[in-house]
Amino acid sequence: MRTLLLRAAMLASVSLAFTSIAAAEIHLVDAGEGAAERLTEALILAQPGDTVRIGAGRFELTEGLSLDVDDVTVAGAGPDQTILSFKGQTGSGEGLLVTSDRVVLQDFAVEDSKGDGVKSKGSDQITFRNLRVEWTNGPNEKNGAYGVYPVSSKNVLIDGVTVRGAADAGIYVGQSEYIVVRNSRAEYNVAGIEIENSFKADVYNNVATHNTGGILIFDLPNLPVQGGHDIRVFDNQVVDNDTPNFAPKGNIVAIVPKGMGIMVMANRNVHVFNNTLSGNATAHVLIAAYPNDYDDDAYMFVPRGVYVHGNTYGDGGNAPDGEVGKTISDVSGTPVPDIVWDGVTTIPEYFSWTSAENQIYVDEAEGTTFVNLKMISQLLLPWGWWPDTDISGYKGSLPEPSPVKLPQDGGA
Amino acid sequence: MARRSRVGEGVLSFMFAALALVAILTPAQASPNDAAILAKTPPKLLSEYGFFDDLPAQKPAVGVLPFDVATPLFSDSALKYRFVYVPTGLSATYDGTEAFDFPVGTALIKTFAFPADYRDPDKNIRIVETRVMLRQEAGWLASAYVWNAAGTDAELKIAGAKVEIESVAADGSPLAFTYAVPNRNQCKACHAFNGEIVPLGPKARNLNHDFPYAEGAQNQLARWSAAGILAGAPDPSAAPSVPHWRDEAADLNHRARAWLDVNCAHCHRREGPASNSGLFLTFGEPEGVTIGINKRPVAAGKGSGGRAFDIVPGDPDASILLYRVESTEPGVMMPELGRHLPDPDAVSLLRNWILTLR
Repeated sequence: MRTLLLRAAMLASVSLAFTSIAAAEIHLVDAGEGAAERLTEALILAQPGDTVRIGAGRFELTEGLSLDVDDVTVAGAGPDQTILSFKGQTGSGEGLLVTSDRVVLQDFAVEDSKGDGVKSKGSDQITFRNLRVEWTNGPNEKNGAYGVYPVSSKNVLIDGVTVRGAADAGIYVGQSEYIVVRNSRAEYNVAGIEIENSFKADVYNNVATHNTGGILIFDLPNLPVQGGHDIRVFDNQVVDNDTPNFAPKGNIVAIVPKGMGIMVMANRNVHVFNNTLSGNATAHVLIAAYPNDYDDDAYMFVPRGVYVHGNTYGDGGNAPDGEVGKTISDVSGTPVPDIVWDGVTTIPEYFSWTSAENQIYVDEAEGTTFVNLKMISQLLLPWGWWPDTDISGYKGSLPEPSPVKLPQDGGA
Repeated sequence: MARRSRVGEGVLSFMFAALALVAILTPAQASPNDAAILAKTPPKLLSEYGFFDDLPAQKPAVGVLPFDVATPLFSDSALKYRFVYVPTGLSATYDGTEAFDFPVGTALIKTFAFPADYRDPDKNIRIVETRVMLRQEAGWLASAYVWNAAGTDAELKIAGAKVEIESVAADGSPLAFTYAVPNRNQCKACHAFNGEIVPLGPKARNLNHDFPYAEGAQNQLARWSAAGILAGAPDPSAAPSVPHWRDEAADLNHRARAWLDVNCAHCHRREGPASNSGLFLTFGEPEGVTIGINKRPVAAGKGSGGRAFDIVPGDPDASILLYRVESTEPGVMMPELGRHLPDPDAVSLLRNWILTLR
C-alpha cells in the first residue's frame, strides 16, 4: 500500500479552525499480490479524513470487508473497473459493512457476496454513489438478500447505483430516516427498490425493471423501528417487472407476485406521482394491508394516507401472478386495473369513517383504471359486497412532504 | 510500570527500592508492562506485554489471573485459556447483568488452541492465536496475535489470518479446516455495545462458579473480590449464575438460554450489531416474540431456509433459528463470524429446547 500525504496543500488553504483535524491521506490499494489483506488493513487503519482508493482490477476476497472509521471515502476506479469479488467468501454476513459516520462509497463493484452486498448499520451521512452490486449468475434463491443495504442509518444517499440479482431487494433501506434514492437502476432482483420501516424518503429518477416487483414501500411488525411515513416515489420508470419470484420462503418479499409495479404496504403518508409504469403483468400500483397475523400492539397494519397521482400507465395487469395475483383478479377480473387497493381498514373505521389524512386518494388521467377490492367487506359481509371501480370517488389530495435534504448533498 | 522506583525521596523511595530489590531477587518473575497496555499502537509481539512468566506454557505472570466462563462461545471447538489483569490498586466495578466496568489499564487475554487429537485433548496442543482486549482512556482496543510455527511467540495481525488446522475429532474421524483469526473490525463485529467495543465474557452470571486455581478451587467472584480486582460484588450466593450448557442436571431452558446468550446475544440484543433484526437473545429477555417465538424473519434472505418463523414452539425443523445454527454455509450460518464447523451437541440441545416450548 502506498500512502500519499496531501497535508501541505490541503492545510495551507484551510482556516485555523480545522488545524486540529489530522492530515488527510490517500491510501492507494492496487490489485495484485496480497490485495485482499492490504485492502482489509487500509480500511481498518484509515484515519478520519482519509480516502481509501482502490485501483482498477479484480480483488478476490474470502472474508467480508468492513469500515468503522468516520469521515472516510472509499473510491474505486469505476463500477466496471474496480471489482471486489466475494465468490470465494467463507465468512461474514455481507461483502462490505460500514458502521461509521460521514462515509462515501463510490465507483466500485461488489460481486457475488454470500450474504448482503454493501451494508451500513447505524451510520449517519452514508453515501453510496456509482456502485454496482451484482450476483453474476443471475436471479437465484441462493444469492444474497440485499444489494445496497443501509439499515438503522440516518441521512442516506443512494445515487447512481446498479443492483442485479438480489434474492430480496436490490436497493433496501430499512429502519432509517432521511433517505434519498435516485438515478439508480435495479433489475433482476425480487424487489427492485424497497423502503421498509423508514421515515422521510425521496425515491426518484430510478429505473426498476425486470424485477419481480419494482418499488416496495413496506412497514413490518416486531421491529425496533416501525411506523414508516412521509415517503415520495416520483419520476421513476417502473417497467417490465417480469422475473419470477425467487425469494426464499419465509421472507416477506416472497409474497410479491411477478409483475408488481409499485406496492405500498402499511405505511403512512406515501405519495406516488409522475412515475411511468408499463409491462407490469400483475398490477402497476397495489396499496395493501400487512397480510399476516402478528403479535405487536404498536403496529399499524393498514396503509394510512396514500396519494397516487399524475402517473403514466402503459400495458399491464394481463397476467396476474401467484396467490396475490389470484386474490386480486378473482375480484377484479383480468386485465387487473392499473391501481389496486385491497380496501382493508381497521374494524372501527369500517363501522364509522376514516379521517381525511388517513384515506387513500387517487387522481389520475382519464382512462386510468382502479379497483377497491373491499377485502374487509369480504370478511365481514361475505354475502353482500362488491368491488368499487369508480376512480372518481377517490379524488382528493394530501399535503406533500417537503423534499428530503441531506447534509452530504448540500442540504441542511 | 507497577514496580518502577525513583531515587531520593525519603522513606517512600526506600520502600520502593526495597520492593525493586525483592523483584530482582525473585527469579524470573515477570509482570505485565502497563505502558504496552496503554500504548496507542499495540506492540508487534505478544511477549512484549509481559502477561506470562512462560508464554508457550501459558503460565501467567504475577497479577494475571486465569478464569473461565460457565458457558463458552463455540469457536470451532478451540480450547480457550482466559486471563484478566487489572493494574495494582485498581478494581473493576461489579455489574449484575453486563460485563464488569474495568478500569483503564485492564487487559483481558484469551488464547485459542487446538489439540492434535480430541480423544486426548490435554496433549499435543497447538496454540493458534491470542486475543487481547486493552482498556485504554478512549475505550477498549482489541487485537489478535497469531502464533509462530515454533510456538514461541505471537505476532500482531491487524487484518486477521487464516490458519490450517488438522486434528482428530472425538469420534476418531480426521478433522481438517481453515480457522479464521478475526481482523480488528471483526473483533468489534461481536464486541459492540451501542457502537463501542466492550468485553463479553466477564459477566457475573458466567463467572459465578468455582475455578481450579493452583492453590485449590474457589468461586471466581469471591476470588476476584479477595484479590482486589473486583469491587461491589455481593456474596456469590446472591449473584446470578448460568449453568454450563452441557450440564444435563441443569434446567433445559436455562441451558439453552445460556447457550443463546453467549453464542448469539452479543449481536442479537437491543444494543448490538443485529438490533435491526428485532430478535433479542440475552439471558434475561422474557420468553416471547422477541426471542423468536412465532417471529417472522426480516432480513434473513436464504437464511430463512424456506421456514416462516424464527422459532415454532414444538417444531424445531420448522424453526429458522435451528436451521441457521445447523448450517455451515456462509450467509446462512449463525453466528456469522468465528465458526466454520457444525456443533451437533448444541444443535441437539436447541432441538430439545424448542420441542419443550409451546
